[in-house]
Amino acid sequence: MMWGIRRATSTVERVVSQRRGTDRPSRLEQARDPLQAMRRLLRYLRPYRARLAGVGALVSISTVANLIGPYLVGRAVDSWTIHRDTAGMVRMVLAMLLAFLLGSSSDAVSGMLMAGISPRALQRMRQDLFDHLQRLPLRFFDMRPAGELISRLINDIDAVHQAISQNLIGMAASLLSLAGLMIAMFLLNPVLAMASLVMGPLMIGSTAWITRATRREFRQLQRNLGELSSVVEESISGIRVIRAFRGRERLIQTFRSRNQAVYESAVRANTYALLLMPLTNQLGNLFVILIAGLGGWLALRGAATVGTIVAFISYARAFVQPLRQISSIYNALQAALAGAERVFEILDLPPEPPDPPDAVSLDRVRGELCVKDLSFEYVPGVPVLRNISFHVRPGQTVAIVGPTGAGKTTLANLLLRFYEAEHGSICLDGYDIREVRRGDLRQQIGVVLQDAFLFAATVMENIRYGRPGASDEEVIRAAQLAGADVFIRQLPHGYVTVLSEQGSNLSRGQRQLLAIARVLLTDPAVLILDEATSSVDPRTELQVQQALRRLREGRTSLIIAHRLSTVRDADWILVLQDGAIVEAGTFRDLLARRGVFYRLYMSQFEGRAI
Amino acid sequence: MRAIFKLLRFLRPYWRDSMLALLSLILVVALDLSIPRMVQRLIDHGILPGDLREIQRAFFMMLILSALDAAFALMNNAFSVRVSEGVARDLREALFLRIHSLPLPALDQWSTGGLMVRLSSDAAAVQRLVQITLRIGTRAPLLIAGSILLMFQTDARLTQAALPLLLLTSGLIGFFLWRMEPLFATVQERLDRLNIILQENIAGVRTVRAFHRGDDERRRFEQASAAFTERNIRVMEQMALMGPSLSLCLNLGIVLVVWMGGWQAAHGGTTPGRIAAFVNYLQTTLNPLLILANLAQVWASASASAVRIHEILDQSTEAEEPEEAVDRLPALRPRVALEDVSFRYEGSAGAPVLHRIHLTLEPGQIVAILGPSGAGKSTLLHLLLRFYDPTEGRITLDGLDLRRLRRERFLARVAWVPQEPSLFSGTVRDNIRFGRPDAPDEEVIEAAMAAQAHEFIIRLPEGYDTWIGERGVTLSGGQRQRIAIARALLMRPDLLLLDDATSAVDLETESRILRSIREWMREGLCIIVTQRLSTARRADRMVVMEGGRVLGIGTHAELLGSCSLYREIYAAQIDEEILEVAG
Repeated sequence: MMWGIRRATSTVERVVSQRRGTDRPSRLEQARDPLQAMRRLLRYLRPYRARLAGVGALVSISTVANLIGPYLVGRAVDSWTIHRDTAGMVRMVLAMLLAFLLGSSSDAVSGMLMAGISPRALQRMRQDLFDHLQRLPLRFFDMRPAGELISRLINDIDAVHQAISQNLIGMAASLLSLAGLMIAMFLLNPVLAMASLVMGPLMIGSTAWITRATRREFRQLQRNLGELSSVVEESISGIRVIRAFRGRERLIQTFRSRNQAVYESAVRANTYALLLMPLTNQLGNLFVILIAGLGGWLALRGAATVGTIVAFISYARAFVQPLRQISSIYNALQAALAGAERVFEILDLPPEPPDPPDAVSLDRVRGELCVKDLSFEYVPGVPVLRNISFHVRPGQTVAIVGPTGAGKTTLANLLLRFYEAEHGSICLDGYDIREVRRGDLRQQIGVVLQDAFLFAATVMENIRYGRPGASDEEVIRAAQLAGADVFIRQLPHGYVTVLSEQGSNLSRGQRQLLAIARVLLTDPAVLILDEATSSVDPRTELQVQQALRRLREGRTSLIIAHRLSTVRDADWILVLQDGAIVEAGTFRDLLARRGVFYRLYMSQFEGRAI
Repeated sequence: MRAIFKLLRFLRPYWRDSMLALLSLILVVALDLSIPRMVQRLIDHGILPGDLREIQRAFFMMLILSALDAAFALMNNAFSVRVSEGVARDLREALFLRIHSLPLPALDQWSTGGLMVRLSSDAAAVQRLVQITLRIGTRAPLLIAGSILLMFQTDARLTQAALPLLLLTSGLIGFFLWRMEPLFATVQERLDRLNIILQENIAGVRTVRAFHRGDDERRRFEQASAAFTERNIRVMEQMALMGPSLSLCLNLGIVLVVWMGGWQAAHGGTTPGRIAAFVNYLQTTLNPLLILANLAQVWASASASAVRIHEILDQSTEAEEPEEAVDRLPALRPRVALEDVSFRYEGSAGAPVLHRIHLTLEPGQIVAILGPSGAGKSTLLHLLLRFYDPTEGRITLDGLDLRRLRRERFLARVAWVPQEPSLFSGTVRDNIRFGRPDAPDEEVIEAAMAAQAHEFIIRLPEGYDTWIGERGVTLSGGQRQRIAIARALLMRPDLLLLDDATSAVDLETESRILRSIREWMREGLCIIVTQRLSTARRADRMVVMEGGRVLGIGTHAELLGSCSLYREIYAAQIDEEILEVAG
């Protein structure tokens, strides 16, 4: 008889995983090519082959032990009650204890082994992904919103982790015990065993059906939830407008109807999802009943003994458990493979080509910049830059002006080799930048972007970002030069104040001052500045302008200019329109020419006298 | 715990369904427990004596019981889902209504994210608790109690021997959960740290690349990843120990029962069938025990959520308007006066945002408020909109204190264009009509034309019916601002407040907008907050503010003479004008 407790592990894991809130609907996803994803996933487990073999052996041992234990219990009862054989009973009980101990300890050891495998395999995978992200061309990041990318990666890796850590063993154990049970059943009574075979497809088929329906309904629920939360989010972020325009009542109407839609789809989705438990329960019951009925009939014809039937009923109960587990693991595994597939998709993207071995290494450049016949297109057939040529002598400041979409930012992207120039060339001190090591190139060029990016670290660490070896004094000197020292000292912990996410506890102007200090510290020969389009308050703006002026001293500077003062300060001006240079010259020259720049400039003063 | 019971009132509309869910659950448990008994009967009375009719009877009985079991289980599902989802829906609605009737000072303490969490995942945690309580949460203890009862019925002495073991098992579960609790916390912490690094790396990819810090980032990630992995391994080790210990514990119990029971059976104290049933019931208790352990976690998270939900539900709503609130509409030509107005945000200790402001604004004028950020310009508009009331002093409209006017009536006369345009998902037309849902199309178009928005709107894929916002067309900042201006103009307000509302619009368009506003508002009063000198200079009068104080009022020429801050701004901005390029 099957009188024992088999594996409590799966339930425990469910207990634990639910605490981590992993019951999100992403578990219902499917991979496009599950086999391929599986194969690549297994590659991460290859270093642990030996240990995995050990886990496999232990799982087999425990499965056998867990099957034998209950069988021994039955035998023990029989030997005592039927044969009144005390010595046999003692032997049985000892064997039983041994089997249970063996089963549990090999379960524990295999679990411990697995604990050392799956997190490490996942760590490898995570690191591979992260390393690969460092090498992917910027095009990849520009193509999709960062937020979406991040949350997807995090979810995907988590799904894979769940699958490897919990489901691999569970699946193996379930399959093994199914096999063991089948063997035992066939040995006991082939007719009854054949009848039990029907259960497999029935169970798996019905589970698959429910899962499909559930998946569909949950997708609908997800959509409705999305709509509801966008209503709520808008209503909160726009709450002042709603109050000022007295939109409350109408808003509540909208909310009610969306909320009701969520309710209805949630009821549907959950009704389907909850169908699974009673259904498998009842199928299990039905199985027992069928075996009992069929067995009884067989027994009356002398085709089965009572003992066989009793054992079969126990087996039937035991049989349902792994079947149920397999179908639930199957779903989780599919979600994991879908996640893994997306991770692999990213890993398969070609990285930036590495620096060739004969790449030029630059030490300190003078900052002579020469752009020749440069053309570029992000999307084939849509040129963003056309045949740009210009030459900047060391220490000169060049202002680039032109309407949005004229290609100003692209020029900066190419100079930094965020994108590779396709036609034409850019030379720094006479070296084609494509032949220079990327690291060396970027070290020579300092960038201040419109919206300065700061890390959730201390002010000190943020300024030091470009030169990790700089001393505290050097950092403070850079901050002083940038005019940031005063406000930094007013922060709660001065230089060791930890900035909140992306520096959101600083004003925009203050963030820019920090970014300027950061570049000052790296002391680059060439500067690229992307001026902010919208003004911060005039005082901070003034500080920013002064800091930028100081930063430009003695460096070759390329400024994507939005401000007249900058344009006037520049040694000369480049006017870009539709990807081509339409005018170039000094401020005076350009005004005198009365062309594009003149019109841009004069639009400042139009309509001023109302 | 108490927070959860305070939410019980949300269950009230569903008490009948809840009772039905529980009733069907009890029936399910009873039927579940009766099936092993029936099997036993089939063996003892059918197969052993070779009675075919008894076998058939037991067989069909079991089929019927099983069918009933299924039916009751479905009933339980249906009712529990309806109750739990209903509670969640009502909870969301209650939260939403409360949020939208909170006074703004109270609402300011919340981040959008914080409110969203309460409305979504906190409501879901309560929903999960309700659903689980109506299903396995009650089923598990019932099964345990039923099993123990049936064990007693089967063999009292064996039960007494087995009970300590059940207690030991429960103790073991508690022990492991207690051991894992702190581990879980640190795992979460380290995972968060890991995710922050990933997030920064992706969001700040240009910075990382420009400073060539890829290798350092890699190391940083590696360290965080290793720390997380180490903790994860420890959690998994605990879990690897917990499962087998639990099953070993119960299996030992079974050995004990077999040994004792076998001995008794040998001496005629019990039968093999009874031992079989006993072991069966002992097994039945394991899963429910684990489920109860799980339920403790559901309770814990739901009760944390309930506390957060009450943080909102317990806030008091906006004060009732005074009985004698003036109902009559303000005059068409509003004269607004600020009399000694000071304002500071609730609970803030620093300097007041506005400090003793005296200001009288005449109808038929455009007045610009100019000054650096933090001067209190926007706050001044917020007071006029009655988002906040002055801490000291009063604001009057034609001599009447704003606080004495009926808010709805007053706001119907005021229109506001905020710094952030705040458009809503919907068509362009819906957005323009936001303050006057019944406005005819001609007026919508007229307002859009005045706001210089008509031209670009008709070039959108579906013109005024183009869907904007989420899943719709993305508009540029300038376009959004112009729609917000059209929305305000459509109100035909007597008092129009523009808060830096044209910052993303090019100068030429701005000047056209201001011209049409002047026509539109011939009788009324328009207040423009701006940081751009060129915008301010188009107004009839300028008010220069700094640090919550008014430093000067007058025209350009007057201010140049009287106000040093104005001269400073003028000197700075004449150079700093943005090169607005028709893009």
